[in-house]
Amino acid sequence: MPKLTVDGIEVEVPPGSNVLQACEAAGFEIPRFCYHERLSVAGNCRMCLVEIEKAPPKPFASCAYPAAEGMVVHTDSAMVRNARRGVMEFLLINHPLDCPICDQGGECDLQDQAMGYGMDHSRYAENKRAVKDKNLGPLVKTVMTRCIHCTRCIRFATEIAGVPELGATARGENMEVGTYVEKALSSELSGNLIDICPVGALTSKPYAFTARPWELRKTDSIDVLDAVGAAIRIDARGAEVLRILPRVNEDVNEEWLGDKSRFAVDGLKRRRLDRPWVKRDGRLAAASWAEAFAAIAARLAGLAGERIGAVAGDLADAESLIALKDLMAALGSANLDCRQDGARLDASRRDFYTFNTGIAGIEEADALLIIGSNPRREAPVLNARIRKRWNGGHFPIAAIGPEADLTYPVSWLGEGPQALVGLQDGSHDFAAILRAAKRPMLILGQGALARPDGQAVLAACWRLAAGLGMLTEDWHGFNVLHTAAARVGALDLGFLPGPGGKGLAQMLDGGVDLLWLLGADEFDISRIGAETFVVYQGHHGDAGAARADVILPGAAYTEKSGTWVNTEGRAQRGFAATQPPGEAREDWRILRAFSDVVGRTLPYGDLAAVRSRLEAAHPVFGRTGVLPRFACTDHSGPPGDPAVLSEAPFVPAVANYYQTDPISRASATMADCAATFVHPVPAAPVPAAAE
Amino acid sequence: MQTALSAQPDSFAFDAESEAAIAPILAKYPPGRQASAVLPLLDLAQRQMKRATGSAWVPRAAMDAVAARLAMPPIRVYEVATFYLMFNTRKVGTWHLQVCTTTPCWLRGSDEVTAACRRVTGITGWGETSADGLFTMTEVECVGGCVNAPIIQVNDDCYEDLDAESTVALLEALKRGAPPPMGSMKGRQGSAPEGGPTTLTTIAE
Ligand code: SF4
Ligand code: FES
Ligand code: FES
Repeated sequence: MPKLTVDGIEVEVPPGSNVLQACEAAGFEIPRFCYHERLSVAGNCRMCLVEIEKAPPKPFASCAYPAAEGMVVHTDSAMVRNARRGVMEFLLINHPLDCPICDQGGECDLQDQAMGYGMDHSRYAENKRAVKDKNLGPLVKTVMTRCIHCTRCIRFATEIAGVPELGATARGENMEVGTYVEKALSSELSGNLIDICPVGALTSKPYAFTARPWELRKTDSIDVLDAVGAAIRIDARGAEVLRILPRVNEDVNEEWLGDKSRFAVDGLKRRRLDRPWVKRDGRLAAASWAEAFAAIAARLAGLAGERIGAVAGDLADAESLIALKDLMAALGSANLDCRQDGARLDASRRDFYTFNTGIAGIEEADALLIIGSNPRREAPVLNARIRKRWNGGHFPIAAIGPEADLTYPVSWLGEGPQALVGLQDGSHDFAAILRAAKRPMLILGQGALARPDGQAVLAACWRLAAGLGMLTEDWHGFNVLHTAAARVGALDLGFLPGPGGKGLAQMLDGGVDLLWLLGADEFDISRIGAETFVVYQGHHGDAGAARADVILPGAAYTEKSGTWVNTEGRAQRGFAATQPPGEAREDWRILRAFSDVVGRTLPYGDLAAVRSRLEAAHPVFGRTGVLPRFACTDHSGPPGDPAVLSEAPFVPAVANYYQTDPISRASATMADCAATFVHPVPAAPVPAAAE
Repeated sequence: MQTALSAQPDSFAFDAESEAAIAPILAKYPPGRQASAVLPLLDLAQRQMKRATGSAWVPRAAMDAVAARLAMPPIRVYEVATFYLMFNTRKVGTWHLQVCTTTPCWLRGSDEVTAACRRVTGITGWGETSADGLFTMTEVECVGGCVNAPIIQVNDDCYEDLDAESTVALLEALKRGAPPPMGSMKGRQGSAPEGGPTTLTTIAE
C-alpha cells in the first residue's frame, strides 16, 4: 500500500491506484473530463493536472499517473492552477459556449469547471469549428459541436454496453465522435451516455428543452420496470414527472440504468385512469368512488369465497399485495395468483425463486450457465454486470436457449431442456468447466419456467446446480432471474393459490365469478369467462381495464410509497414524487377503503401499520435495502419429474424490451424505440423510375 | 472528412492478388493479435481499388471487409482509415497530386506550384477532382523531402525541386500517361548539390 502526501495530508491507497484516486482519498477533488472510475483510463483531456515533487518539473495528468510510495503531490500550486487554466482555455477554443440553449446547463462539468479555471474572455479570434450532429436514434440527442473529445462515450459503448459502435474518426481539427455510418446505437443502456458525457454533446432527446435542473424536485426511489430494482431519482416539476435518472447503488445497478426504466416516463402521463368507472348497459361510465365500491359490493353479495379470485400484476407494490391478499382472505377466497406468465415457480423455499448469488456476487463467479433467459433484454443492468465480470477475464459463459447477442461471447449448448441432460450426465464439455470452477453460477430465466414442463426444468436446474458444485457453504450459485418487479415480493407474501385455491389458469374461463385484477394486464385477458365480473385496479387503461366491469384508479410507482423486492430478494422502498392524477389513490388505501364498505375492515389504517403487517408476513420486509450473502447447505431441491422434460426450445420471456408493461406501452418514446430496434421498418424501396 | 456515401460501391472482396499478400501479413502476428494487420490490409484494399477502378481509395465496403477479416468491430477500422491521410476515403483521380505546403516547401515556392496545378487541371479547391477525372489535388503536410522542396507526391512517387514550369511539364506528361522518373526535376542526384559535388572533390593522398 503506497503512502503519499497530498497537499500536506498523508494518505495510504491500495496498490494500483492512480494519483487522482490518492488525491480523492486525501479529500481533494480533482477536476476531470475524460476520467471515469468505471471506464478505462484515457488520459486525454489534461484537466486533472497536478504537480509532483522530485519528478520532472512539469504538470502530470493525475488520472493516468500511478501513485507511488513517498510521492509528494500538490493539487493547488501556482503551476497546477496555471496549467489547468491553460487546458480550459484550449477546451473552450472550439466549444460553442451556447449554455443558454444547452440542456446540460446547470449540470455540466465544463460549465462548473470553467467557473473555477476559465477566463472571463477569449483570446481566440478565429472561427470556431462546427461539427455535424449525428443521429444516434430516438433516445440520445447529439450536438457534436459541443463535444470535447473526452472519449467517455466511446469507452462506455465499447467496455460497459458491449456495443462497439462509437468511435473517433479523422483526426486533429477534423476529429469527430460518432458512428461514422449513420445508425442508431443498438444498446439497451444508451441513456447512460447522456450521464457520462461531461458536456452537452449527448443529451436526452425526449427531454430536450423541457426543464432546467434547478426547477426540479428530486425524489430518490426504485425502478420497477424490470426486476432488478435499480436505484433511481425521479425529477418532477409540479404534478409532472419529467425525467428519471439512475442513482448509485453499488450492489444493484452501480450507476447505470436501462433505457426503458429511464425513458418510459412519458408513459406516466398517457392513458391514465384518473377516476373510477363502472360498466352500465355494456358501457363504461364515469362514476364516483362510492358508486364503484357499491357496484363491486353488489356483485359480491352472496358470492361464495371460492367464486372470487385475485391476480396481481407485475408492478404491484408489497403494500397493495398484502392488502389484497388480506381482503381476499376476509372474503373467504384462497384464489390468488401473481404468476401472470404461468411460470412454474416453487415458493416452498425462498432460494428456489430468488437470484441467490446477488448481482454484485456475479463479480465473484468464475463460470456461468444461462438457461432460457436473455439477460440483455430481461435485465440490461444485470447483463452489464455479467459483461463486467467477463471483461475481468477467465469467465467461461454458456447458455441454453435460442442464440442471441448478449454483448459477450457465449457458447450455445442447445435450444431446449435436452441440453440440460448433457450437462447433468457430464457428457457435455461445459459440465467439466463448471465442475472445475470454484464459484460457478447458473441463471434461470422465466422463459424456461413459463411452460408446461417448467417445474421439471426448475428441478433439473437445481439438481444441476447441486451436482456441479454451485451450492456450497459459502456460495449460492442458483439464480432465478425475474422480469416482474412485483414477483418476488408476491411470492414472499404467498400471493399464490392457498389450500384448495385456484391458480390463474383455473380462474379463467369462468372459474370465478368475480376477478380482481391488481394492475394485471400481461395474461390473455380474452380468456376471462364472459360472465366473470372484472374489477381492474390500476393506473393505465391497458388490456385489463378494457375488459373491466369496474375500474378503480390506482397510483403508478412514481406516485406512491411502496416496497418492492427485486430478483435478488432485496426489499427496497420507493417514494412518491408526485400525487396520483385526479381521483386516483394509493392502492393499499383503495383496498382498505373497500374493505370498510363490505364490512371487513383491514386492520391497518396508515402506512406504518401496513408495513408492520408486511413484516409479520415475511421478515424480509423488515430489512429493506440490504441483502445478506447466501450460501446453501441443504441440497434437497424442488420436486419435478425429469421424464416430462419436453424437446421444445426455450423462448426467453421478453421479446420486445421496450414495451413490457402498461407504462412503457403507453410511452411514445418506447413506441419509437420499438419501431427502431425491435421491428425496424425496412427503408422504403427506391422507386425504379425516379420522378 | 465524412465520406460522400452516394458514390460508395455496395460490396468489396479481396481479389486473388490481394489474398496472396494477406496470408503472409497475417502470419506475422501471433494468434489473437490479427487486428495489428489493419494498416497493411487497408493499404492492400486501396491498391486493389487502384488496379480495379483506376482510383486508389478505400470505400466503406472495403473497410467492412477488413473488419470482417480481422474480426474487429467495423468502427475500429473506420477510425484507423480516417486517421491516416494516406488512405483516401473518397474517390480520387488517376493521378493524386499531394501538394506539400508546409513551411520549407512554402518558402521554396509551393504557392507557384499550387497555382500551376490549378491552371493545368482546372481544379479550384483542395480535395477536388478535375472534370476529366485525371487529377485530384490534396494539400498535405511535410512529406519528408524538404531538402528538395517544393514537392508534389503523385500517387506513390515524389517529384521534387519543382517550380511553375516543371510542374506544368510534369502534369502534361501525366496527362499523356507518361509519368517521368521520380525524383528531382532539376536533375539533381538524390539531394546532392546542383551541378555536382562542392566538397570532397579530391581524394586525399
Ligand atoms: S460526446 Fe461527450 S462523452 Fe463523447 S467524446 Fe464528446 S464530450 Fe466526451
Ligand atoms: S481526467 Fe486526467 S487527463 Fe482527463
Ligand atoms: S515541407 Fe514539404 S517536404 Fe517537408
